[in-house]
Amino acid sequence: MEPESPESKTGKPGGITTKPGVTTRTGVGLLEKAREESLALKDRALDEAKAYKDPQQTQLWKSIFRVSHERSDPRNRSLAVLSNVFLHLHPAKINRDAVRYGFTWGMGGITFYLFIVLTFTGVLLMFYYHPTKVQAFRDILYLEHDVPFGKLLRNMHRWAAHLMIITTWLHMFRVVLTGSYKRPREFNWCVGVVLLVLTLLLSFTGYLLPDDQLGFWAVTVGTNMARATPMFGSEGPFGPQLGMTPFNDVRFGLLGGSIVDSNALLRSYIWHCIGIPLVASIFMAVHFWRIRKDGGISGPAPVMLESEMKAKKP
Amino acid sequence: MDWHQLWKITAAPDNIPIVAMLFLVPFFTWLGLKQARENDRLIEQLERDPQLAKTHHRKTLPWRPGWARELHVWPFLIRIEFLAAVIVTVILFVWSITLDAPLEEPANPNLTMNPSKAPWYFLGLQEMLVYFDPWIAGVVMPSLIMVGLMVFPYVDSNPFGNGYYTIKQRRFALGMFGIGWLTWIALIIIGTFIRGPGWIWFWPGQTWDHNAVVFDKNRDLHDFVGITSMPAKIIFGAIVVGLFYVLAGLLLHKLMTWNGFERKLLARTSLLQYVMFQFFAISVLIALPVKIALRLALNIKYVWVTPWFNV
Ligand code: HEM
Repeated sequence: MEPESPESKTGKPGGITTKPGVTTRTGVGLLEKAREESLALKDRALDEAKAYKDPQQTQLWKSIFRVSHERSDPRNRSLAVLSNVFLHLHPAKINRDAVRYGFTWGMGGITFYLFIVLTFTGVLLMFYYHPTKVQAFRDILYLEHDVPFGKLLRNMHRWAAHLMIITTWLHMFRVVLTGSYKRPREFNWCVGVVLLVLTLLLSFTGYLLPDDQLGFWAVTVGTNMARATPMFGSEGPFGPQLGMTPFNDVRFGLLGGSIVDSNALLRSYIWHCIGIPLVASIFMAVHFWRIRKDGGISGPAPVMLESEMKAKKP
Repeated sequence: MDWHQLWKITAAPDNIPIVAMLFLVPFFTWLGLKQARENDRLIEQLERDPQLAKTHHRKTLPWRPGWARELHVWPFLIRIEFLAAVIVTVILFVWSITLDAPLEEPANPNLTMNPSKAPWYFLGLQEMLVYFDPWIAGVVMPSLIMVGLMVFPYVDSNPFGNGYYTIKQRRFALGMFGIGWLTWIALIIIGTFIRGPGWIWFWPGQTWDHNAVVFDKNRDLHDFVGITSMPAKIIFGAIVVGLFYVLAGLLLHKLMTWNGFERKLLARTSLLQYVMFQFFAISVLIALPVKIALRLALNIKYVWVTPWFNV
């Protein structure tokens, strides 16, 4: 990386230069020359260091952020958002009232942030966890007692998961109260419902992983319901008539066996760490994309009056 | 009063979120309804004064001519998002440092946990098992709820309140959502705070008695009229369920034609929208509380008994 020094602007050559006209005698002259050159080098280093004072002018910075972040220039403010892959899911400008906390409560955004926190802490947990009956429970004990900050890591993953469910519900509640599911956002609401279900499934599959009594019985109770699926469950209406037994029904498929055991642990793990997060990420991408395509956040919109209701289009 | 028992349930680390919900839900309900009331007042004012309505910017938020209608995302939105992320992170850290995630004994199929409860957010489902057979509580109802939620935007033909808080212009829709939301929360609260060993009803503050046995005097609805033969039971149940759908449908229709405004909205609703809405509203929003009431108040287990399934 090379700062744009004043020299290069004025087009002077950047090489080490000696002053013209200095008489050189061998010995003394050599010393003199070295001194001069080192002085020139020092000047140049100082000059270049000055240029580094503004990091935004360095080649490194400019290669990363294509736009100058000069704050007062409206064009730059827009470009700052549009030319950044993480920010460009925002529009450059939004309705002045849409940033009010009272309208969206920021709940969708907080939900997404929690998803990121969960991915981050989840990956760290994966370094310490083996999804086998022999190791799973011990790994949790190891995390809690020996791994540096292991307990904090596990706690954060757990509580972020709980919090994400709360914020997803509150987000949905807000969307209901502001009528934001109405045209043209009907489909994005449906994407949201899928996200809600995926969020719940993520929590549920994670619950089994410590392989303790809590998770074991919760998953036993939960998957026992699958036995009763009409037609596909061994105890559901019309299930037995269609040849369903505990060894070939949906519950068997979910658990990889007729009881909650090592296969169930492995399946839970794969759904929890790979399957559902992948699907959820795709749905989130669609969700965010659709927010933009549906015209951005729905409000706060101007109120409509009852006297202005138009007749329904035929 | 056994405060210790109540404390043990409330302070279980996995139940902290639901205790938090007890504060968060009312707070955000208040925050939403406050803005709805302000908008409703504005709507009334503009409705009375058509001249003002022509020039008003139609929001309760401040506005002056000359103000830009739009703001730059950078920095005005980004800084809020950043602040929110910092606050959430701090909350998470404090929470994680002060409260430990639960870890029980290693899984043991031979030692049944009693009560064995799902995490709180699934207790609504688990509690439904009391009122319905597993195929309804665990499979049919969740599917109906999911599909019903997805169908909602398509059957709500009310053009008002799109992007602003209001109660006045959306009474019916909000009422329907409200019923579902409250039923769900009630089920979770019952599941968390009331149900003890054997999934028996213990009032808050009552000590969990692990040897408690309840002699269920469960009856089916046909027992009240003394029907004993199977064919008669099948027909009786079918009639009762059919009658329930008709009555509930009439009730909803009555609400949808309550006043001139509601009737105008109904006129915009297509037949398909109407039928879809009635089906989901009756099957979930009304059937669920009715069955809960029948079970808790009258100990009625089934209203429709057949050799293949019971409802
Ligand atoms: C993993 C879960 C979810 C994430 C990460 C998420 C994220 C977001 C974000 C960031 C927004 C922008 C506005 C805001 O922050 O409120 C949004 C808007 C929206 N979300 Fe979600 N969401 C999720 C679940 C849901 C659910 C469960 C629903 C409804 C059933 C839903 C329906 C909508 C709709 C209709 C909008 C547009 C709102 C408007 O224009 O005012 N989302 N979502």
